[in-house]
Amino acid sequence: MTEHVLSYMVFFPLAGMLIVLCLPRDRHDLIRWVSAAATVPPLLLGIGLYVNFDTTTTGMQFVQRAAWIPAFNIEYYVGVDGLSVSMVLLTALLSFLCIFASWNIDKGVKGYFALFLLLDTGMTGVFVALDFVLFYVFWEVMLLPMYFLIGIWGGPRKEYAAIKFFLYTLLGSVLMLVAILALYFYSEPNTFDMTKLMDRSNLYSTEPLGMWPFNVWGWGFQHVVWMALFIGFAIKIPAFPFHTWLPDAHVEAPTAISVILAGILLKMGTYGILRINYPMLPEATADLAFWFLAALGAWNIVYGGLCAMAQTDMKKLVAYSSVSHMGYVMLGMAAFNTQGINGAVLQMFNHGTITAMLFLLVGVIYDRAHHRDIDGFGGLAGIMPVYAGFTALAFFASMGLPGLSGFVSEVLVLLGAWPKYHALTIIAALGIVITAGYMLWMMQRVYLGPPNEKYRDLPEINGREIFTLFPLGVIVVVVGVYPRVVLDLLQASLNNINQMVISHLS
Amino acid sequence: MDHPVQTDFLRWIVLFPLLGAAVNGLLGARIQDRWGERAVALVACAPVSLSFLFSLWAFGRLLALPAKERFLIDAFYTWIPMGSFSVDVAFWVDPLSAIMILVVSGIGGLIHFYSIGYMHGDRSLWRYFAYLNLFTFSMLLLVTGDNLLLMFVGWEGVGLCSWALIGFWYHDHTNTRAGNKAFIVNRIGDFGFVLGIFLLYWTLAGQGHGTLAFREIQEHVGLLADIQLWGIGVATLVTFLLFIGATGKSAQIPLYVWLPDAMQGPTPVSALIHAATMVTAGVYMIARLNELFSAAPATLGLIAVIGAATALFAATIAVTQNDIKRVLAYSTISQLGYMFLAMGVAAYTAGVFHLLTHAFFKACLFLGSGSIIHAMQGEQDMRQMGGLRKAMPATFWTFTIGVLAIAGTPFLAGFFSKDAILWQAWASHNEVLWGVAVFVAGLTAFYMFRQFFMVFFGECRADHHVRDHLHESPKIMTWPLWILAAGSVVVGYIGLPPFMGANLLDGWLDPVIHLPHGEHHSVAEEVGVMSVSIAAAVAGVAIAWFLYYLRTPSRDDSPEAKGVAYRVLYNKYYVDEVYQFVFVGGTLLLARIGAAFDRYIIDTIVDGSAKVTTIVSWFNGLFDKYVVDMLVNAVANVTFAVGNNFRRVQTGNINSYLYVVVGAVVVALIVKLRYWN
Repeated sequence: MTEHVLSYMVFFPLAGMLIVLCLPRDRHDLIRWVSAAATVPPLLLGIGLYVNFDTTTTGMQFVQRAAWIPAFNIEYYVGVDGLSVSMVLLTALLSFLCIFASWNIDKGVKGYFALFLLLDTGMTGVFVALDFVLFYVFWEVMLLPMYFLIGIWGGPRKEYAAIKFFLYTLLGSVLMLVAILALYFYSEPNTFDMTKLMDRSNLYSTEPLGMWPFNVWGWGFQHVVWMALFIGFAIKIPAFPFHTWLPDAHVEAPTAISVILAGILLKMGTYGILRINYPMLPEATADLAFWFLAALGAWNIVYGGLCAMAQTDMKKLVAYSSVSHMGYVMLGMAAFNTQGINGAVLQMFNHGTITAMLFLLVGVIYDRAHHRDIDGFGGLAGIMPVYAGFTALAFFASMGLPGLSGFVSEVLVLLGAWPKYHALTIIAALGIVITAGYMLWMMQRVYLGPPNEKYRDLPEINGREIFTLFPLGVIVVVVGVYPRVVLDLLQASLNNINQMVISHLS
Repeated sequence: MDHPVQTDFLRWIVLFPLLGAAVNGLLGARIQDRWGERAVALVACAPVSLSFLFSLWAFGRLLALPAKERFLIDAFYTWIPMGSFSVDVAFWVDPLSAIMILVVSGIGGLIHFYSIGYMHGDRSLWRYFAYLNLFTFSMLLLVTGDNLLLMFVGWEGVGLCSWALIGFWYHDHTNTRAGNKAFIVNRIGDFGFVLGIFLLYWTLAGQGHGTLAFREIQEHVGLLADIQLWGIGVATLVTFLLFIGATGKSAQIPLYVWLPDAMQGPTPVSALIHAATMVTAGVYMIARLNELFSAAPATLGLIAVIGAATALFAATIAVTQNDIKRVLAYSTISQLGYMFLAMGVAAYTAGVFHLLTHAFFKACLFLGSGSIIHAMQGEQDMRQMGGLRKAMPATFWTFTIGVLAIAGTPFLAGFFSKDAILWQAWASHNEVLWGVAVFVAGLTAFYMFRQFFMVFFGECRADHHVRDHLHESPKIMTWPLWILAAGSVVVGYIGLPPFMGANLLDGWLDPVIHLPHGEHHSVAEEVGVMSVSIAAAVAGVAIAWFLYYLRTPSRDDSPEAKGVAYRVLYNKYYVDEVYQFVFVGGTLLLARIGAAFDRYIIDTIVDGSAKVTTIVSWFNGLFDKYVVDMLVNAVANVTFAVGNNFRRVQTGNINSYLYVVVGAVVVALIVKLRYWN
């Protein structure tokens, strides 16, 4: 059983998709319930995974491997360590909740849920794959449904958003594919086995290339591959200046898809960097981390925050807040100490839950008022008090209020970053003021003030919506008060990854 | 002190109010609907009372211990274990935090009870009490947390609660704006505070003692000596950054701007913020880390100057204000300036002493003003008041005691504590700062008596609707006033000047506050210095009596009609306007530039590359259409033509097929035999 647990988690949703495809297209409720049922086993297995996870070892656990394409030494190879297990859990939880957040999709129900389940398989697969080809296949399996989910079920400008998403992502995928092939052909013997590539980290040359401009920068083969991977991942994070697909994609995507997008897809960028760039290209990581992770991360925090402040659309504001909060992840991982890297991955987890709440909350109001204009509301707290309570929790968590989860990860990141980058930490710490600014300002304009007559009769948040928010709210509080529930999972593996790079720091 | 005893009950001092907040926050609406206001009030007041009782218990436990061993700790659990960085959730009570928990739960508790009367009839009483409990919880956490990060949790927590309570009546955007301002200005301070924490931790870690626990910091302060960052001593830099946090929380220049607006909240909340909690946090933090601050004379100098400047600046503004609460708000800032002056001249005990006495008389004054506003049906403009002493005797007498105490009337609480500060300023050879402080003492007496005369004396200037309904507040509001007034009289006697008797407070705080040994001064010098400040106070009272008692203020007295100086003071030196323009405006401008950059630069490039792709594919399309397709079509046409010709072959006649097949085979055979051999 333990051997197959990850495969079950990956392929249960796919099986669910196949069943959904066989159902008659007008049996909407049946389709919904079948889809929900398909996401339950991964969630339960995820809990089992959490309970049985060995927090003391750095190695891969729950490993399963089998030959796939023996001619090229390609395997079906899955497993998790501390880095991926938190992401797998997050994926299982958010996928389950998002089925319920998708309940009132009533156009092309069958197609929507089928694609959603396919997306679920792809996402889980990316986090557990340990063979590069498998990884790439899951990566693409995840992107395609996302394109259609935005392009078909999106808002008024869905085509623009979907194409933009696709263009950016395609660029990233191509660069990533080239990099993976380069890693393959320069390994000896040629292998796609990621664990092997991690072990033999010194294999790739750092000898400066003769070609312009690499000779000027002193970049070797390793740096070029690093950069190709990095751009692919930076688009996902999204790091400045590759971030502009995100606000558009979010604004047009249906609520549940925004949640998945911000909650899980963005994490794949930073996950990829930690899983691939760090252990496989440690010298290049050590050389390039300052500009492309630390400085860019700090810039993301401030720039994303400022852009968020200028938005008038609630979803766009939340989208830009993601740009800002993912900056902490980049900064933290570039600190190369235990506080920084653990803070970074904890921030990935926390951002996944907090931003999911934020998007669900925006979805609640959008379903009722059919717009998201920040200045178009007012006084919602008096009209929908329970809803406002959840909102306050999510907003303050996003602001990093101590006692809630965001604080622990942000403080660890900044604490970790300080000894290495004084100036950048000071810049990044400005984020705590900026975040408070835009979050409170939105709170004030939407939820406080005199109630808007137009929306006096908006119905209070309903049971289904509370069902999607409540578990996330509990996690936000529990992780804030007792962060060890997540930190203990991470530490052994992350310290190991960190150790691989540290020795190459100049 | 080396083997602290684990004392499990300390956590309940902190957790009781949190439980109250949780119950009221989650179920309060239903409790209020079902069982009424009393039930909600009980849920809130009981935990705070329990906290107070437990605090008394802790205080008693400390008293029973020998002076050097007065230290209780409750290590609850490890919060963030992260390599060498490990932070516990642990609560401790030592002589300093013992005073604070008594003040917070005691005066905070009185404010809870007072609120039952003041907030009577509010439909969201449950929400109010939940915030009030949460506020008390945060403040207790701040003072009992055994390390800087846990203190920061409380530090931010009071910021959150002040936001919620200042904007409690959220239907009015004046209130929500004031709440946001409080939170954001505090966050600017917190920005400095967290950086200070980081720098302190890593510097100590570099010396092999990475810690944030107060006891260990005190122990290892010596390690910071001689370490520099950017050419500045680390101790100086750390204390400077922490002090930035203190200027936010304790409303000092330049971050004091939120406090006057904070009176937008219900009046008991103002009392809570201004007296017992929140604003005292900065003073407490410095006292807590006194050894660290003593190691940074440059920072202390800055603190002293900022303190004195704030005291003066706020006092001059208070002189012209007409809003009863606004006068008190500026007086709070001014009094906090005194406390920081004390901290700055390393007279930590005197600062804590003033914190303590101020908590009593300021709570008394604020709650008294609440009682007045209650009677005046919400009116806060002192020009509309007057003659209230007859209608509200309890409020009048308690307010009188408060005014006398803050004005520095000999033998009341404020006199002793303020004089301790003035004396320390003088004794540490800061004559200029002392002079400023004495002048401020005069101003304080002036503006407080101005308020006193305008409110209680003369004819009542309110319109007859209000005048006919003037009434004393209910018992639930007046008995807290009496307790606070009593405190304002007696609390001063724990810190007598040396020539008058034993200073209990000095002795009590001695284990935790390490005062530099000052030179000896003669009693005559002390009495002389004291007389100067008494004279200043008398002068202030006399001018107020002349201007506001003998001459009745007019109802429609307009500040705009006065001179330029008066207008500048009345408009608070236009600092709010400048901040609004420079900082808020500047940030918003940056925000718009960022958003525009995304939209017009980055997206133009992205859309442009998409356009280019489209154009390329259009050319591709042309090529496809006219070249590739032409070839394909040509092939198709040829095929078609050939096929068309060959169609005749397909006659459907089996015989002709056979002929063809046979013929083909024959031809093939011939070809093979003839040419391939």
